[in-house]
Amino acid sequence: MTPLLQVKDVAKMYGRRIGCADVSFDLYPGEVMGIVGESGSGKSTLLNCLAGHLEPDSGQVVFDTRAEGPVDTVTMSEPERRMLGRTDWAFVHQHARDGLRMSVSAGGNIGERLMAVGARHYGGIRDQAADWLGRVEISEARIDDRPTAFSGGMQQRLQIARNLVTGPRLVFMDEPTGGLDVSVQARLLDLLRGLVREMGLSAIIVTHDLAVVRLLADRLMVMKDGHVVETGLTDQVLDDPQHAYTQLLVSSVLQA
Amino acid sequence: MIDLNNVSKTFTLHNQGSALIPVMEGATLSVKPGECVGLTGASGAGKSTLMRLIYGNYLAATGSIMVGSTDVATAEPREIISLRRDTLGYVSQFLRVVPRVPTIDVVAEPLLAVGSPAEAARDKAASLLARLNIPDHLWQLSPTTFSGGEQQRVNIARGFAYDYPALLLDEPTASLDAKNRATVLGLIEGAKARGAAIIGIFHDEAAREQVCDRFIDVSAFAPRAAA
Repeated sequence: MTPLLQVKDVAKMYGRRIGCADVSFDLYPGEVMGIVGESGSGKSTLLNCLAGHLEPDSGQVVFDTRAEGPVDTVTMSEPERRMLGRTDWAFVHQHARDGLRMSVSAGGNIGERLMAVGARHYGGIRDQAADWLGRVEISEARIDDRPTAFSGGMQQRLQIARNLVTGPRLVFMDEPTGGLDVSVQARLLDLLRGLVREMGLSAIIVTHDLAVVRLLADRLMVMKDGHVVETGLTDQVLDDPQHAYTQLLVSSVLQA
Repeated sequence: MIDLNNVSKTFTLHNQGSALIPVMEGATLSVKPGECVGLTGASGAGKSTLMRLIYGNYLAATGSIMVGSTDVATAEPREIISLRRDTLGYVSQFLRVVPRVPTIDVVAEPLLAVGSPAEAARDKAASLLARLNIPDHLWQLSPTTFSGGEQQRVNIARGFAYDYPALLLDEPTASLDAKNRATVLGLIEGAKARGAAIIGIFHDEAAREQVCDRFIDVSAFAPRAAA
């Protein structure tokens, strides 16, 4: 099986300071990988390098495209990368406002991504938007409301609908449940798990919440000071951590 | 089906002066399809540790742990994930689920993961829950609010929803009343009859005698230095 994403020696410096360095891994279709680490460990820098939002200083991010097979997305042209960002890739931001257009209706937010890949039939777009609102548990009656009138949890679910409507194969998530209260988090986790299984998605989730990765991620990568210190099966890394930093991280979690 | 050869396990506590704690050495055992092997030994002897090693939850220091054709000791995460999906089931003492997911879906999940149609998976889940005496008005609720015994039965239902060729059972009959205990032992006998290789920990002696074909005392795998 060809990996969906092959990351080879990705590095990003901020001046003389290390953003992230020597990061390599393969992600296979249907796999969900979590990246954990404290603030400043380089996990968001890495995610942005992988998703094409930041240009890495060195290394390759090879994606298995539908048309041409594995292609290095770092060296591909900007329009090609943008196209990938609208079709096979999705990015769920921590703050829904960063991933939504706040002045456009909920239906418009979902429809916009469909139109970006060539959908033109208004009725069809509206039907799909309504269908996706249902899948993320937002009432169809809210289709013409702007996201500014939505709660934080609803905005996050709308952002997910907007991202998944084009049937992406790889979803990047940056703290998708951060800043939501726990009952909303649980619902979002359940939703994400269901969607990942139904659509066979691969995902890379950056979070500092170990409980979230335990429930969502198959594999885990632990980062510290821009470097990967440990990788492995999620429950193995959490229950039998090998590296000193991971042991500290795991033992620092408050038991609810 | 399950073959361990010379497995050892050491914990290194980096944050406590890099203390090295050897917990297991030279663990060797073999379980054939249709056979149920009981692990024995005093509390702390390493019964659960051995199970966690076989499930890939703990990383073995040395040795090989073959389950079917996969060596858990050296397998990539995705190989262990597919092993757990298709081959190796584990009924632990703790139920760990996404909050707010209905019990019936928790039980049906292993079947959905192997691609069973949603309706068939729910039917199977319903019949298991009924057999284990979980009242049907609870099926739509999340098991997180259930009593210990109910959670234990939900965990068992989930472990037996899909017919795994290999099963690890960590105290499946603990905290169950006589009737439910008999049901669980029936499920285990059913799994043996269809050819599952089973390793179990049973503190309940009568249960142990009823379903186990033989016993392995894990004290034999204690590290020599510590023994």
